[in-house]
Amino acid sequence: MRLVAIGLAAGVFSALFGVGGGIAAVPLLILLTHLPERVATATSLGAIGITAFAGVIAYAARGEVDVGYAALVGLPAAAGALMGTSLQQRITTSMLTYGFALLLTGVGVRLLWP
Amino acid sequence: MSASTIALALALGLATGVLSGLFGVGGGILFVPILLALGLGQLEAQATSLLAILPTVAAGAWNQRRYGNLRVRTALIVGLASVVGVEIGARIATALPEDTLRRLFAVLLFAVAAQLVWRTVRARPRYPDSP
Repeated sequence: MRLVAIGLAAGVFSALFGVGGGIAAVPLLILLTHLPERVATATSLGAIGITAFAGVIAYAARGEVDVGYAALVGLPAAAGALMGTSLQQRITTSMLTYGFALLLTGVGVRLLWP
Repeated sequence: MSASTIALALALGLATGVLSGLFGVGGGILFVPILLALGLGQLEAQATSLLAILPTVAAGAWNQRRYGNLRVRTALIVGLASVVGVEIGARIATALPEDTLRRLFAVLLFAVAAQLVWRTVRARPRYPDSP
């Protein structure tokens, strides 16, 4: 039941923002099902596969999906993700995480005040 | 699309993949701003981001499965339940003005940044000796 609630929340987030939904799913999995962080992240990736696929269908029906651009950023990203997940097993990420959080904040500020 | 735009998109895509694998974020929070910068509208960028996410998460999930971190049954339940949420989210996004959607997205970025910091701070004292 908890998993269904997590899925629902992740789905709304995903389609509303064009993101995978891991933003909602990972903390909820950690808090509600007590999965360890790495397992929660990995499991959320599996769920996102289904979520994003459903999102593509929902938006494609509305004519909003640009396949060319998706391939242009999505395919190199797949290669990058393989490197990133391998790297995650080996290195400590806390300093990197703060840097990444800073980057996201910067992008957010730019979107608010273009 | 010029050759330099294509090169930029490919480089940003690769960087997004590395970051998404590293931090366990789907990549969408970076795809959307990248696609906006490449000239797409907010709704179009979000929809296209969802398609771009697919190869990334497939690769990431496959890799995590090899490390034994992926709980398949849990992922299936969460994923299938999310399909209902997706339709709700898409309806809300389509109904909202794109300007509002962009501002909401900016707020989301702040929330994700805060959450990443929270996860890091929280994980630290618990596993002081983990690599």
